[in-house]
Amino acid sequence: MRLTADDVLHSARLARLRLDPGEVEQFRRELSSILDYMDLLGDIDTRGIEPTVHVHALTNALREDVAGPSMPREEALRGAPSVHEGSFDVPMVIEEG
Amino acid sequence: MLDTARRFRKNDLSPLVHMESLLERIRTSDLNAFITVDERGALAQAEAACCSIDQGEEDILAGTVIAVKDNICTRDMRTTCASSMLSDFVPPYDAHVVEKLKKRGAIVVGKTNMDEFAMGSTTATSAFGPARNPWDQSRTTGGSSGGSAAAVAAGLCDAALGSDTGGSVRQPASFCGITALKPTYGTVSRYGLVAFASSLDQIGPMGRSARDVAVLFDAIRGHDPRDSTSVPESLPPTSLDGLDLRGIRIGVPGIFFAEGLDRDVERSVRFAISHLADLGAAVVPIDLPHIRSGVAVYYIIAPAEASSNLARYDGVRYGMREADDRDLFSLYCETRSAGFGAEVKRRIMLGTYALSAGYYDAYYRKASQVRTLIARDFRDAFTSCDIIAGPTVPVSAFELDQMPEDPLSIYLLDIYTIPANLAGIPAISIPCGFSDNGLPVGLQLMAPAFKDHLLLGAAMAFQDTTRFHEVKP
Repeated sequence: MRLTADDVLHSARLARLRLDPGEVEQFRRELSSILDYMDLLGDIDTRGIEPTVHVHALTNALREDVAGPSMPREEALRGAPSVHEGSFDVPMVIEEG
Repeated sequence: MLDTARRFRKNDLSPLVHMESLLERIRTSDLNAFITVDERGALAQAEAACCSIDQGEEDILAGTVIAVKDNICTRDMRTTCASSMLSDFVPPYDAHVVEKLKKRGAIVVGKTNMDEFAMGSTTATSAFGPARNPWDQSRTTGGSSGGSAAAVAAGLCDAALGSDTGGSVRQPASFCGITALKPTYGTVSRYGLVAFASSLDQIGPMGRSARDVAVLFDAIRGHDPRDSTSVPESLPPTSLDGLDLRGIRIGVPGIFFAEGLDRDVERSVRFAISHLADLGAAVVPIDLPHIRSGVAVYYIIAPAEASSNLARYDGVRYGMREADDRDLFSLYCETRSAGFGAEVKRRIMLGTYALSAGYYDAYYRKASQVRTLIARDFRDAFTSCDIIAGPTVPVSAFELDQMPEDPLSIYLLDIYTIPANLAGIPAISIPCGFSDNGLPVGLQLMAPAFKDHLLLGAAMAFQDTTRFHEVKP
């Protein structure tokens, strides 16, 4: 098969997903078969072809650098799973020194 | 929708009575088309619409009842993306399209079922259970905008909004026998549409006729500075007269009728094309040499963009959090592993792999180059034709319990719809017949960018001379 269990676990770690052993095997099988199918792209000559990342020839749309009204803090926090003193609450990232 | 608006003006129907009867239909429906229905809000707004119409309100959208796909944000109305991750998420703002509809007096009755985060073509990956096809409840509605398609087909609303990343308004429209437009990329603001694959996503109107779809399209489009890919030019209102097809060249790519196309679908689509010829169009063969690689290109680019867009579901700012106080990394992993379903995880994994160090050039860059070739194929083809016609999907709606287990076989069903997203061009699906077992079949029409009105006009001309769109399940 195209992918190893380690390949699957590496991508899972990058994607912040925890997979159980059954999922690792399932994704190894399914993603390998999908990637095998993608091999058909290898037969297409793309030398000198610019990649398309956006379909229209738009340039960056920038707004004036002027402060406007923004969402009130209470509304922005309303959907947060955990709030502490008006901020999003997360586990400690930096140890206290 | 237009019929309803006309009846309001003739005092033949009041918005309140209309709303009450639709709510009753929704309540008794077994289709699982809606995830959330706002009965109280809908009734209050219908009452207000009665007053405004009595006082001479002329806007044809006033009091009309719209169902909105549950990945389009509605202020104070739960927006779940059919995912456990967002099952309690109540947006603090309206999407641009919702703002526009509300300003015109249209009523958002509720939020429709869909594939989780719009990833799928069956509405069976929904965390709220599959939607069911009104033509045969054992069958799929298609997806990912399956709830919107089922709601329109079953008469649970006047019209609906969906979103289309690789066919997600057109494919369910084909399976449920309704009309749906995937507009030119950039014509409808994505502000408030939960992002799946930003370079492909576009909100699309869905209705029982091309005229309904045209009216809804005009209502939701227009420049919006909050979406940096929103196109500045403003197009004139779409004519509701129908297009005179004499002199119009319809291009038919042979590749669209190759292996994998069901014979009864082919029969209906070929009939539809000959009908367009009867109306005066010239049918010309065209070649789209790179189309056969569209599925491979799409299933690299869309998951790659999704893997990046869905990084925001981290259990911190909104959405679910799986309690884990150990550290931030575990919090992310536990939340994401519990919150996402299998198809979403599969695509995040595929996209992460395709973007990861050592594989970027072979997959993402290569796919983006072939995307250029596909867009070029369309540009070339449109020098010899005005509209491209073919089937929307190679099959009609299949049984929910006979879905292929292997994800690739489901992906391959998107073969005809994906190219329009990759090239950013408009495409419409309209009912054009029935399969041997009585299920709807869709005809897909595509046009050059910003020629959405051409598609809508051709669809009106087709519907003025056929009855397929009037047949109800």
